[in-house]
Amino acid sequence: MSINATLLVQILVFGLLVWFTMKFVWPIILEAMAEREQRIADGLAAAEKGQADLNNAKSQADGIIAEAREKAREIVDGANARAGDIVDEGRSEGERERQRQLDSAQAEIEQEVSRVRDQLRAEVASIAVAGAERLLGKEIDANTHRQLLDSLAAEL
Amino acid sequence: MAAERHGPANTTDYIVHHLTNLQAGEGFWTVHVDSVFYAVALGVLFCGSFYMAARKATAGVPGSWQNFVELIVEFVDEQVRDSFHGSSKLIAPLALTIFCWIFLMNFMDLVPVDLLPFLGEQVGVNYMKVVPTTDLNITFGMSITVFMLMLFYSIKIKGIKGFAEEMFLHPFGKWMMPFNFLLKVVEEVAKPISLALRLFGNLYAGELIFILLALFTLGLGAETAAETLANFANAGAIAQFFTQLILGLGWAIFHILIITLQAFIFMMLTIVYLSMAHEAH
Repeated sequence: MSINATLLVQILVFGLLVWFTMKFVWPIILEAMAEREQRIADGLAAAEKGQADLNNAKSQADGIIAEAREKAREIVDGANARAGDIVDEGRSEGERERQRQLDSAQAEIEQEVSRVRDQLRAEVASIAVAGAERLLGKEIDANTHRQLLDSLAAEL
Repeated sequence: MAAERHGPANTTDYIVHHLTNLQAGEGFWTVHVDSVFYAVALGVLFCGSFYMAARKATAGVPGSWQNFVELIVEFVDEQVRDSFHGSSKLIAPLALTIFCWIFLMNFMDLVPVDLLPFLGEQVGVNYMKVVPTTDLNITFGMSITVFMLMLFYSIKIKGIKGFAEEMFLHPFGKWMMPFNFLLKVVEEVAKPISLALRLFGNLYAGELIFILLALFTLGLGAETAAETLANFANAGAIAQFFTQLILGLGWAIFHILIITLQAFIFMMLTIVYLSMAHEAH
C-alpha cells in the first residue's frame, strides 16, 4: 500500500465526476422538483378556488331557487286571486242578468196589466149599460150617462 | 463467499494476494489499474444512471428511478441547506457525487470477496482488489480535492489578507505568529488526512474481515468440482462451511450500515469543512 500516481488519476476522475454532476445532473433534477412543487402548489390553490367557486355557486343556486319558489307562490296567489275575481265577476254578471230579466218580466207583466185594465175600462161602460138595461128593462142611451160611465171606468 | 480460488491454498499467500493491487508503471508513476478501473466504472455508473433520470426528468408524475434519484438529491440538498449557509453552485453537486460514488465503491465490499478476482483470473488478470475505497490513493484523491476546494474558497471568500490573518493571528494574537501558523496548519491538514484515513480504515478492515472469513473453507477448494465436493463430505468441513456462511452473512448485514455511514460521513464532513471555509472567523 503506497501513495502513487493512482492518487492523481483519482483526483482527475473525481473532478470530472463532480463537474458532470454539477453540469448535467443536479440542476436538471432540482429544476424538475421545483417545477413539480410549483405545480402541486398551483393544483392545491386551484382545488381551493374550485371549492370556493362551488360554495359560491351553491349559495347562488340556493338564492335562485328561493327566488323561484317565491315567484311561483306569487304566481299561484295571483292566479287564485284572479280566479276569485272571475268567479265574483261571473256571479255579479249573473246577478245583473237575473235582475235585468226580472225587470223586463215585471215590465211586461205591468204592461199586460195596464193593457188589460185599459181594455176592461173600455168595456166597463158597455157592461154597465147592459147590466142596467137588464135591471130596468129598457134601453138606456149611453151618451146621456157618459159622464157617470167615464168616472166609473176611471175608478178601475 | 466460498473460496473458489485456484492456486496455492496457503493462508498467507491467499491474504497477500487479496491485498495486492493490479499495478502498472514504476515507482511513484505506478497506477493501481484495478482501483482506477472500478472507481471509474462506478463513477460512470453513477453519472450515467443519474444523467438518465435527469434527461427524462419530468415535473409530472416521476417514474420509479426518477423518484429514487429525487429522494437522494433531496436528502443531499437538505443536508447541504442545514449545514452550509453560503451560496455555492458547486457544493451540493459535490456532496451528491461524494455520497453516491463512495457508497457505490464501498458497496463493492459486499460482492463476494473471491467472485470478481476469480472471474479476473479466468481472463488472465492475476491481481484484483475490487473495493476502490480500500486503496489509500483513492480516498486521499478525494480528500485532497476537498482540501484544495477548502483552500480555494477560503482565499476566494476572505481574500489573501483575510486568509493570512486567519492562518497567523488566531488563536493567540500577533505575538505568537509562528505558533499560530503551526497550530492552524496542523488543524487544516488534519482534515483531509482524517477524511481519507477514516474511510480507508473502515473499508480496509471490513474487506479484511471478509477475507479472513473466507479462510474457513479455503482448504476445501480443489481443481475439479468433484474433488471439491468430496472435500466437503465430512462433518468438520460442513461445520466450517456453515460457520463461514453465518459469520459472513452477519458481517455483510452489519457492513450495509458501515458502507452507507462512511459515505454519509465523508459527505457531511466535506459540507461542514467547506462551510467553515466560507465563514470568516
